[in-house]
Amino acid sequence: MTTPLSLVLFSGTEDKLHAAATLAAGAAAMGRPVNVLLQYWALDAFRADRIGSGGRLAFEADPEAPADHAALPWVETLRMAKELGDVQIRACAGSLDYLGLDVSELDPLVDSAGGIAAFFADAEDGPITFI
Amino acid sequence: MSTLAPSELAGLAADTVVDARGAACPGPLLDAKRAMATIPVGAVVELWSTDPVTKVDVEAWSTKVGHAYLGAAEADGYDRVFVRRGR
Repeated sequence: MTTPLSLVLFSGTEDKLHAAATLAAGAAAMGRPVNVLLQYWALDAFRADRIGSGGRLAFEADPEAPADHAALPWVETLRMAKELGDVQIRACAGSLDYLGLDVSELDPLVDSAGGIAAFFADAEDGPITFI
Repeated sequence: MSTLAPSELAGLAADTVVDARGAACPGPLLDAKRAMATIPVGAVVELWSTDPVTKVDVEAWSTKVGHAYLGAAEADGYDRVFVRRGR
């Protein structure tokens, strides 16, 4: 059994979501299960009414850096990853509560709301990356 | 799996051609994986990419998931990357 790629997405900035989507898509293509937990500002970025509408960059980003026009938007990269592999995206129940959101208000990319134990169960004692 | 010689690649008739030129990583890889699902085992995908890492990435992916990486040929400003579906 291949160890899943387990990602905790905390940041809602476009650059970090793009980097995370690239990791998820690569792992999915390689046949690795991908286990994603959305917390706080990453969860907020998956709201159906604002997903993919652009947003801020991380504070360390260089505003003068050229945009990568060849790259797929992160939302499309994640959709392809889900189409091509085993990618589970879970909304952290605590963050939903903090943001006053219901899972029905999120983009269909999000499979379900879930607790931290379900995320750790899917991580199968493998490493967890926090982005 | 050893790759084919350039002359052999030049004469290879792919079963499907995927034009991923202009796309950056991981776009071409995802396009290749998607195309693989549309052809039978033993058939060949030819992937066009302007991203120079695509051929390295596609070789790693093929080896990992059980396809045969046949090699890459340089075309006019892009790579033609060949993979035979293995399973």
